[in-house]
Amino acid sequence: MDLNLKVWRQAGPDAPGRFETYAMRGVSEDMSFLELFDVLNEQLEGRGEEPVAFDHDCREGICGSCAMMIGGRAHGPETGTATCQLHLRKLVDGDTIAVEPWRAAGFPIIKDLAVDRAAFDRIVEAGGYITAPTGSARDANEILVPKEAADAAMDAAACIGCGACVAACPNGAAQLFTAAKYSHLSLLPQGQPERYTRVVALVEETERWFGSCTNHGECEKACPKEISIDFIALLNRDYVKAQLKNRALTGQKR
Amino acid sequence: MTHTQEVSTADHRGGADDADRLARYTGPPIPVRRPRHPVLRFWSTAVGKKWVMALSGLALLGFVLAHMVGNLKLYLGESHFNEYAEWLRDLGEPALPRTVLLWGMRLGLIAAFGLHIVAAAQLTRINHKARPVQYQSHRDYVAANFASRTMRWTGVIVALFVLFHLADLTWGNANPDFVPGDPYDNVIASFQRVPVAIIYIVANLALAFHIFHGAWSMFQSLGWNNPRWNAVRRYFAATFAAVIAIGNISMPLLVVTGVVTK
Repeated sequence: MDLNLKVWRQAGPDAPGRFETYAMRGVSEDMSFLELFDVLNEQLEGRGEEPVAFDHDCREGICGSCAMMIGGRAHGPETGTATCQLHLRKLVDGDTIAVEPWRAAGFPIIKDLAVDRAAFDRIVEAGGYITAPTGSARDANEILVPKEAADAAMDAAACIGCGACVAACPNGAAQLFTAAKYSHLSLLPQGQPERYTRVVALVEETERWFGSCTNHGECEKACPKEISIDFIALLNRDYVKAQLKNRALTGQKR
Repeated sequence: MTHTQEVSTADHRGGADDADRLARYTGPPIPVRRPRHPVLRFWSTAVGKKWVMALSGLALLGFVLAHMVGNLKLYLGESHFNEYAEWLRDLGEPALPRTVLLWGMRLGLIAAFGLHIVAAAQLTRINHKARPVQYQSHRDYVAANFASRTMRWTGVIVALFVLFHLADLTWGNANPDFVPGDPYDNVIASFQRVPVAIIYIVANLALAFHIFHGAWSMFQSLGWNNPRWNAVRRYFAATFAAVIAIGNISMPLLVVTGVVTK
C-alpha cells in the first residue's frame, strides 16, 4: 500500500521545526507503524539524509517508549493500541498522515519525534512508590488481597507511562498518568500507610509540569491500556479527603 | 515522602552518554512555593481549584433552576409574577427583617460567581502554559465535545450576559421603559425589543452548553464516581441543560413573537 507521511522534523530542542513529506510506496499492510519508520529511515540513510529520531523499545506494547501523534491522535486511530502495535492495515491506502511529537511543556522535544518524558519520573519519585524494607521476598499470601482489589489495582497498574494522556489532553494535563500511579498503590493494603501523604505529593508534583483536568475524557480514549477516568475521580476525592484527615492519627506524614 | 531534589536522572550517571544534554532538555525545575495555610495550599493546586469550581458550579446550578422556576410565573399573569417578586423580598420574615435573607442569598451567589470565574481564569492560564506550542497538524478529538471545548467561551458569554441582564431588569439602565417595582411590565417591555430577545436566546443557549459539560464534569471533580451511577451523570447534565434552555428561551421567544403580552 501507499502512504504519504508528513513528519515533523526538528534538529534539536531549540531549532525551528517543520513538516517534511515522504512518499512511502508499496509498503506491506502487515507492517507496524514503527516498521514503516524503519523503512523510511533506511531510505533516508541511503540518500545520505538524517534519519527521523523516534523513541521505541519493546515493540510489543508494554514499554511505553513509542510516542507519536498520528493523524491528530495519540498513537493513531486504533483504540487501546500503542504506536508499535498499530498496523498499516488499520490505515487508509493512499492517505496523507501527519506525524508529530507529543506537545506539552512537561515533554520538551529532544529531536524530531523524540520528547523527554523525565517529568513522569519526577512524579513517580514524589509518591509513586511504597516505603517497604527490601530484601528477601515475603511469604505468599501473608497479606490477603481480594481478587477484586487486585484486579482494580492491575487495571491502573497497566499504565506504561507513554504520555499519550498528556498528548491527547486539550489542557496538556497528566491526570490519568498520576491517577493510575496513585490508584494502583492505593487500592492495595500495602499502599494504605502512605495513602494521604502520597496523594498530596503526587498532585503537587504533577502540577509542576502539566496542566489541569477539565474532564474532556480524551486521555481515556487515547490510552493504549484503556485506563478509565474513574481513577481520576478517585484521585480527586482522596486529595480532598487528605485535607480533612487527621493524618497524625493515621500514622501518616503531613 | 519528601520531594527529591529536582535533577534529571541523567545527572546521576556522570559521564553517561549525552547526560548533560538530557539534563538540559528536562529544563530547570519550575519553582513552586506552596503556601503554609491549609486553605491557601489547597487553593494553590489545580485539583483544589477544580473542587471549588465544582461546588460553586453546583450552587449556581441551584440558582439557575430556582430562577427559571420563579420566572415561569410569567405565564400565570401579572399578579402572580409580581407577587412572586415581592415574596422573594419577604422571604425569611418574621425570623429575619425584610430582604435580609434575599441579600444573604445574593451575597452567596456573588461569592459563587466570583470563585467560579477566578478559578476558571487561573486554570486557563495554567493550561495555556502547559502547552505553549500547539499541535501543528489537525487534532482529531474523540471524546472532547463541542460543549467541553467551548466552556471558556460559553462562560464568558454567560458572565457578560449576567451584567446585561442586571442592567436590563434589576437596575434598569439598559431598559428605557423600566419602572422600579413593576417587574412584569419591565420584562414584557424588554423582551418586546427584537435585539434584546435575541441576546437572551443566544445567552441561554450558551448557558445550556455550559451546563451540559459542567453538570457532568462536576461529578468527576468532586470524585463522585460509581459505575452504578456513572451513566446517570450524563443524563442528569443533558436533562438539566435541556430544561434550562427550554424554560429560559421560551420566555423571550413567546414575548417577542407576541404570544405573551401586557
